[in-house]
Amino acid sequence: MPLTNNTLNYTLHLADNALILGQRNGEWCAHGPILEQDIAITNITLDLIGQARNFYQNAAACLHESGDPTASEDSLAYLRTEREFKNLLICELPNGDWAQTILRQFFFSTFQLLLFEKMKHSNNEPLVAIAEKSIKETQYHVKWSSEWVIRLGDGTTESHSRITKAVDTLWMYTGEFFIPASYEMIDVASLKNEWMNKVKEVFDEATLTLPENVFMQTGGKNGAHTEHMGFILSELQYLQRVFPGAEW
Amino acid sequence: MNTLNKNKDHIYSILQEVCDPEVPVLTILDLGIVRDIQFHEEEVEIIITPTYSGCPAMDAISVDIKLKLIEHGFKKVKVSYILSPAWTTDWMSEEGKKKLQVYGIAPPKKSTNDTRLHKMLFEEETHIECPQCHSINTKLLSQFGSTACKALYQCNDCKEPFDYFKCH
Repeated sequence: MPLTNNTLNYTLHLADNALILGQRNGEWCAHGPILEQDIAITNITLDLIGQARNFYQNAAACLHESGDPTASEDSLAYLRTEREFKNLLICELPNGDWAQTILRQFFFSTFQLLLFEKMKHSNNEPLVAIAEKSIKETQYHVKWSSEWVIRLGDGTTESHSRITKAVDTLWMYTGEFFIPASYEMIDVASLKNEWMNKVKEVFDEATLTLPENVFMQTGGKNGAHTEHMGFILSELQYLQRVFPGAEW
Repeated sequence: MNTLNKNKDHIYSILQEVCDPEVPVLTILDLGIVRDIQFHEEEVEIIITPTYSGCPAMDAISVDIKLKLIEHGFKKVKVSYILSPAWTTDWMSEEGKKKLQVYGIAPPKKSTNDTRLHKMLFEEETHIECPQCHSINTKLLSQFGSTACKALYQCNDCKEPFDYFKCH
C-alpha cells in the first residue's frame, strides 16, 4: 500500500494511545492496592507498550519509504513534542484513584477491542497483523477491567461512590473515541452503538448509571491536549532529551 | 566456514539449544516461535514471532539466536520478526508442555479459538491440573502472573500456588 500521510498519522495515533496510556498505568508499578492487581495493571502496561512499539516500528518503516532514514520507534516516542502527539485525551489524564484507573481501562479496552476487530478486516497489511496480535491481549484487558468495574460498583458504599465519581470525571472524554479525525482509516463512528451496549451491560451489573447529555471534550487526535500532556512527556522523554541516544 | 551451510535441519538443531530466558526449560522450538529460516548469499535469516506484543524476552532471544549461530561458525545472522499469523499456545510442542509440567508450570490447554471474546465475566478456566500433586481441584488467584503469559493459580488440595501458562 503506498504511503499516504493518512497511513502515517493514523499509525502514530494508534501508537500514541498505547504509549501514553501505558506510561500512565506504569505509574501504578509498586503502588497497586494489592500485589496481584499491581502485577495485573503492569502486565496490561507491558502489552500496551508492546502494541505501541509495533505501531511505531510500522510508522518508522513508512517514514523510511518516504525518504526519512533517521526515523525509528525511539525517535517517534522520545523526540516528538506535545502538539505532535495524537493520542486520545482520556489516555493522558492522571490516574486518579484505583476506580478511575480501572474505569478508564474498561472504556479504552472495550473501544480498542471493537476497533481491532474491525481493523483485522481492513486492507492495510501491517495494521491487520498488529490488530490480530493485539486482540488476544486486549480480550484479557476487557475481562479484567469489566470485572473490576462490577466489583467496585456493586461493592461497598465507599467503592460505589468512588467509581461513580470516576464516571463523572471520565465520561466527557469518551465521545472522542467516535469522532473521527481526518486521517482515520477505520470508521470509528460506526463502533459507538456496540461500545455503548457493552458499557451498559457492565454498568447494569455494576449498579451504575450511564450519564446523559454530557458535553464531550475533543482535541487529542489533532494534537490539542490537556495541561497534563506536557508533564507526562517530560517524564517520559527526559533521559533521551538530556542524553541523546542513551542506551542501557 | 567459507560457504554458508544451507541445511535447515542443521540450523534447527542449533536453535534447539536456544532457551526462553524466562522459562529456561523451554527451547524456542518448544515454544513454537521460530517461523522460518531463509538464506541470502552470505547471510542466514531467522524469522521469529513474538508470544506477546510486549514480551521483554524477545530481545534477549534474538541476541541468543545470533550468538549461538555465530558460535557454530555462521558469520552473518539476521533475526527478524513477523506478527501474522499471531502466535498461539497451540504451537507449543507436546514435549514442551511436558517439560513445563515437570518444571512446575501448568501447561496451556488447547485454545478454543476466538470465542473467548464472549466468555462470561468472572468465568475461570477450570480443571487446570496442579503440577505438584496433579489434583484438578484448583482455583484462579489472578489472571495475570509473574510474566504476561502466565496466570496465578492455587491448588485446593495441596495448597501450593502455581503458574499456569495461559491459553493464547
